[in-house]
Amino acid sequence: MAKLAPITGAIVVGLVLLPNAGKAAPDDVAALRAELEALKTDYTSRVQALETRIKQLESAVATAQLAQPGAAPAPPAFPQPPPVAPPGKSSNATAFNPAISMILTGNYASLSQDPATYRVAGFIPPPSGEGLGRRSFNLDESELTVASNVDPYFFGNVTAAIQGGNSIDIEEAYFKTLALNNGFTIKGGRFFSGTGYLNEIHSHNWDFADQPLVYQVFLGGQLAQDGAQIRWVAPADYFIELGAEAGSGRSFPGTQRNSSSLASDALFAHLGGDAGDSTSWRLGVSWLDARSTDRAYDDVDQLGAPVTNAFTGTSRTWIADGTLKWAPHGDPTYHQFKLQGEYLHRTESGRLAFDLTGRNLAGDYNSSQSGWYLQAVYGFMQRWRAGLRYDSMQSGTPSIGLVQLGLLPSAAFPSLASASPERTTIMVDWSLSEFSRLRAQYAWDEARATERDRQLLLQYIFAMGAHGAHKF
Amino acid sequence: MDKHIRTLLALATLALCAGALPAQAALRVLATTPDWAALVTELGGDKVNVYTATSAFQDVHRVDAKPSLVARARTADLVVATGADLEIGWMPVLLQDSGNTKIQPGSPGYFEAAPLVHLLEVPSAVDRSMGDIHPLGNPHVTLDPHNIAIIAKALAARLVLIDSANAAYYAARGEDFDKRWQQATVGWEARAAPLKGVGVVVIHRDQAYLCNWLGMKELASIEPKPGVPPSAGYLVELVTKLAATPPKMILRNAYNDPRAAEWLSERIHAPVVLLPYSVGGTPEAKDLFGLFDDTINRLRATLK
Repeated sequence: MAKLAPITGAIVVGLVLLPNAGKAAPDDVAALRAELEALKTDYTSRVQALETRIKQLESAVATAQLAQPGAAPAPPAFPQPPPVAPPGKSSNATAFNPAISMILTGNYASLSQDPATYRVAGFIPPPSGEGLGRRSFNLDESELTVASNVDPYFFGNVTAAIQGGNSIDIEEAYFKTLALNNGFTIKGGRFFSGTGYLNEIHSHNWDFADQPLVYQVFLGGQLAQDGAQIRWVAPADYFIELGAEAGSGRSFPGTQRNSSSLASDALFAHLGGDAGDSTSWRLGVSWLDARSTDRAYDDVDQLGAPVTNAFTGTSRTWIADGTLKWAPHGDPTYHQFKLQGEYLHRTESGRLAFDLTGRNLAGDYNSSQSGWYLQAVYGFMQRWRAGLRYDSMQSGTPSIGLVQLGLLPSAAFPSLASASPERTTIMVDWSLSEFSRLRAQYAWDEARATERDRQLLLQYIFAMGAHGAHKF
Repeated sequence: MDKHIRTLLALATLALCAGALPAQAALRVLATTPDWAALVTELGGDKVNVYTATSAFQDVHRVDAKPSLVARARTADLVVATGADLEIGWMPVLLQDSGNTKIQPGSPGYFEAAPLVHLLEVPSAVDRSMGDIHPLGNPHVTLDPHNIAIIAKALAARLVLIDSANAAYYAARGEDFDKRWQQATVGWEARAAPLKGVGVVVIHRDQAYLCNWLGMKELASIEPKPGVPPSAGYLVELVTKLAATPPKMILRNAYNDPRAAEWLSERIHAPVVLLPYSVGGTPEAKDLFGLFDDTINRLRATLK
């Protein structure tokens, strides 16, 4: 009975409704049909009327244009804004599209030395290599960013760098919390680490066409973590920010390892404020602990034969950074000055394997190395800026077990021979608007072991589409 | 890990001690311009603690998301912004980095003024080739007192909503301000009557609301397109074009570079009048009343 109840109910409802439907059929349907026909004819005539009016107006416009051939209206002395558009009230499937931006960059490079052999002397090179890529005209990365609030709780951002060589790198792809309170923000995914000052800044917003030497050598250009970050801003009148990160270590100086443990941990603290209404500053200190397994690099042995060596161990980096910006009353339109410097110190300890595919020897490895840069950029007139940068690095002499035990001569590790690379760079750039920048840069580069390199770069940077706000 | 960790922990503790603010009863407000700061002060009196992100000598389009501003956003109970994308180059960073849910867009602690008033110059189509154009319309809404009256009412209501303990205080101050403002507006309009129909040259399009209110005619703009500085060729062209309809004066804001305006002034024999544009732009523009008093005084003085 219980099972039958719904069916019975349906039948009862049907029976109740049916008689009415039957009754309505003959006369009401006819009436509705007549009404519908009337509506149809009404609309057809209205549409026809509108079509005729459109045609009339079109021909009127055409005649007006023909009447004044070539007589373009005199442009007004002042560009008048277009007329007010009525706000769109209809539903719009694209209303929630994320903000999309595309950055175009490219350069012309005139380099006195072969860029393929570029190596900063005295240091284990990062896998991505160092230096400026290729000579002549180069398409640099085209940076595509898609960003949007996901919901009231999260913000999402993806930045893909489409490389001139037709590959795509995911530079950043992260979510960020919006709804944590008390100064906390959590970021997860792939993101540029908050260590240092320059590390978080995207290449199109650098003040020079390339990274400081110390960033290239110690962080492989930029440290992008696959992991999570927590930041906390203190409730103070000064800017006090603390942050911590845990990552997989996929980015140099770590390596992606087949291990569930974390391999790239970072801590950072920032302090900032204003000095009067024209000057603002930020100081920071960061610490990065990265582990790597078989971080391979190419070198030659004492006879000049190519070998592949690899480092396995821990890399600890300290960074101190300082940035000062000045503009009269804080308005950078006509004049501005920016002074920025960072000091990085790195110790690596672990084991160094020699000639992985041949002799395959391994021994202890310990290094204590440092580098710094200081740069100043001055906006000397509207749209124009000039900059000067000095880079310096100290490789020290790493202790290599294989050499100390007498198994290999120190000449078997030419890349690690003690060196003090340095470089001086000048640049001038011209920004016609906030969205375009043309730059010329010249560097006296003495980072190679012996040769002096002179590098001239002409660069363009164009930003299209939605362009997000920039950090300090 | 060791001593590095310990040092960082020590730093963190130091930061906490330095950072702990004394408990404050006053509502903490971050205003993007001195005008909004002045308005909040009119309405909130001593119940609000206002911080201004910019001064009258700054172009509000070009502001850095300075660390000090992130710090103020962190502790703000209310953000008062212009909106209509005026602060788009820096406000989003402050809001995101603040870790403060009270001031996120859509929350009662986030107030935008421009959407409340009728915006002039809303473009039907936008393209960056048109210069630094605002897709939502001209955001420089402050120099029409009728706009201020509308915004003041909404802002007073917002203060009541956020700080209901002082609701009666804000409501009373709001009514008092409105009464004084309406009276003052009548006075300004009477004194500005001779300015009606006067042709002027502006630098940027940020005097559109003032011209619209007083019936002054913008004959030309020294910027060929919004945010684009004039070339020498364009200025020469401007001199020729303005010969037919000579303007009575050239309006310049406190934050503008005077050179182009002065160059043009010599050629077309029209004086440059320096206007405060924002509270604090001239010594006389101490508050919103002073801003309008001084603007009209300076315009009238130049007209004579």
